[in-house]
Amino acid sequence: MTEMIETMPRPRSETLTLAKAINQGLRKAMADDPKVLVMGEDVGRLGGVFRVTDGLLKEFGAERVIDTPLAESGIVGTAIGLALRGYRPVCEIQFDGFVFPAANQIITQLAKMRMRSRGAVELPVVVRIPCGGGIGAVEHHSESPEAYFAHTAGLRVVACADPADAYRMIQQAVACPDPVVFFEPKRRYWDKAQVDPAAESVPFGRAVVARPGTDATLLAYGPMVKTCLEAAQAAQEDGRSLEVVDLRSLSPLDTATILESVRRTGRCVVVHEAPVFGGFGGELAARVAEHCFYHLEAPVLRVGGFATPYPPSRLEDHYLPDLDRILDAVDRTFSW
Amino acid sequence: MTLDAHTAQDTEFIQLLTPEGERLEHPDYPLTLTDQQFRDLYRDLVVVRTLDGAAVALTRQGELGLWPSLLGQEAAQVGSGRALGAGDMVFPTYREHGVAHCRGLPFLNILKLFRGVDHGGWDPKEHGFHLYSIVIGTQTLHATGYAMGIQRDGRHGTGIGDAAIVYFGDGATSQGDVNESFVWASVNDAPIVFFCQNNQWAISEPLERQTRIPLYRRAQGFGFPGVRVDGNDVLACLAVTRRALDLARTGRGPTLVEAYTYRMGAHTTTDDPTRYRDSDELEAWRLKDPIARLKAYLSREGLASPDFFDEIDAHAKREAAALRKACLALPDPPPAELFDRVYADPHAVLEEEKAAYDSYLAGFR
Repeated sequence: MTEMIETMPRPRSETLTLAKAINQGLRKAMADDPKVLVMGEDVGRLGGVFRVTDGLLKEFGAERVIDTPLAESGIVGTAIGLALRGYRPVCEIQFDGFVFPAANQIITQLAKMRMRSRGAVELPVVVRIPCGGGIGAVEHHSESPEAYFAHTAGLRVVACADPADAYRMIQQAVACPDPVVFFEPKRRYWDKAQVDPAAESVPFGRAVVARPGTDATLLAYGPMVKTCLEAAQAAQEDGRSLEVVDLRSLSPLDTATILESVRRTGRCVVVHEAPVFGGFGGELAARVAEHCFYHLEAPVLRVGGFATPYPPSRLEDHYLPDLDRILDAVDRTFSW
Repeated sequence: MTLDAHTAQDTEFIQLLTPEGERLEHPDYPLTLTDQQFRDLYRDLVVVRTLDGAAVALTRQGELGLWPSLLGQEAAQVGSGRALGAGDMVFPTYREHGVAHCRGLPFLNILKLFRGVDHGGWDPKEHGFHLYSIVIGTQTLHATGYAMGIQRDGRHGTGIGDAAIVYFGDGATSQGDVNESFVWASVNDAPIVFFCQNNQWAISEPLERQTRIPLYRRAQGFGFPGVRVDGNDVLACLAVTRRALDLARTGRGPTLVEAYTYRMGAHTTTDDPTRYRDSDELEAWRLKDPIARLKAYLSREGLASPDFFDEIDAHAKREAAALRKACLALPDPPPAELFDRVYADPHAVLEEEKAAYDSYLAGFR
């Protein structure tokens, strides 16, 4: 076995977009396990509206890359049935705002089957959801529904932020014996980065410090990680050192990494695109407040969408947290 | 002709045993059973009805939280249940106690669910019988996906392969999931039987709240055959389901079977049907009882003696007494059950909560 590995060519490191990195991760997962299926609307011949499944039909055939009828509940519901028969389906929901017809299957069935069966039934289903705004789209194409799913016991909810991480995270999601809701930041699909297939993976469910700093902690996931990194860069130029934690996973939540960071910096700003009110940031703020009470120099602040429906695209720059709104919140934690 | 007039006239169904116990032949549904097989069907029907009655009694006495009785639907369930092969997978609603019995699932497992000991924690693979589904219609998609899995396993189209059968009621036919599953099964030629028990009532809502055409005719619009069977005729339900399964196994796709029957009891033990339906209707259906007609046939044909019927009754009563005893002896689950089977892999938040709750409980020890 050792000899075989030595004689195999080492996979090349290459520059990939986020969409291509997920594509390559899926390709690897499908090549590694014949039970892995890809299913969804337009995922076959078209390769998905974002081309995330491009080329998979040609490589793996129509039995494994399934262009489904146009019905989201059907996609997730039949994926559950396929998983009951021993398959590992990866479902694509075309856009965040279209996941709600499938919400019943995800919440009442997918999430609960393991407990319902007292562990006899395993449903290794991945539900991929392109999420978030910033692409000038029409209504229902820019939403951030992660809190609904993070609030549902039985699901694992993760969000990738960059190509290198996404390449590995999608493979971890496919290998996971539990159902996974996998959020992909659609406005980052075209961002490029170096992806080294041989690089070591961060464990599934673990957060990472994306940029170390000493003065305040920014907590983010998915599309907002990049925005926070840009904010930290700008703050650095003003002489302020911000640490950025990429949560990677909302459920489970790597509380230890978050608390360790905030205890060091003493300040915390939570950033997400979803509305602040009732959002996942509230959970983060509560945990930080509970466990870092004596380390905090200021209350935990949250930056996110307003308590409005997602606006028409000409207004989305006001709605979405940007560098300035993040730095404004950081300033407020310093002026407390 | 208006649609209503057409609907009113469409009362035909496949029947092999009349309410009076007279045997009929049908060219498309030949059925040959041994004497013993006839008697076994009778035994199934009586045992299932008796155990169901025991569960109703346990609920009345506060030992179960709820019970959805199958009273009146025994033939639909036993007939279709006895048509199944070992490799087939059943996707039930929460009322398929008769099918569960045919699959060898102990009745006690079902009582656990309604006593609140678990959510129905049996292993579906063990009996080819999936968990009860409480959210109406969701299981039709699971069954369809499962059937697509059978196709991908290559266990399809050979005539010996497995098939899926999914049970649902007349109310469920209004659900999006059921209609989506019809589309999916149809375009995939999936090896599945859709077995709809039309018991005429969705809690308080009569059939005409759900449909303007006979339910079996819905299938035509989705591109596969639909057939209506006398759901109180165990022989017809057996023959029709066998044929539908055969079509599925030989690569000829799905069939919708509408078993025309009647819910003789309440929707569940918390329901009061006197608020919404006439006793005349109940009396009319009582004359079509599934057990009485098989008993009449067995007696007339000399297939069973009075002693046989007495012995079956006594046997069923013994089973019911044992079930009752076992139910009362069920222990409450330990608190660890809350946390231990939500995820396969460790989940940090749950582990934290479990540790905190353990230590909270320890404070009382």
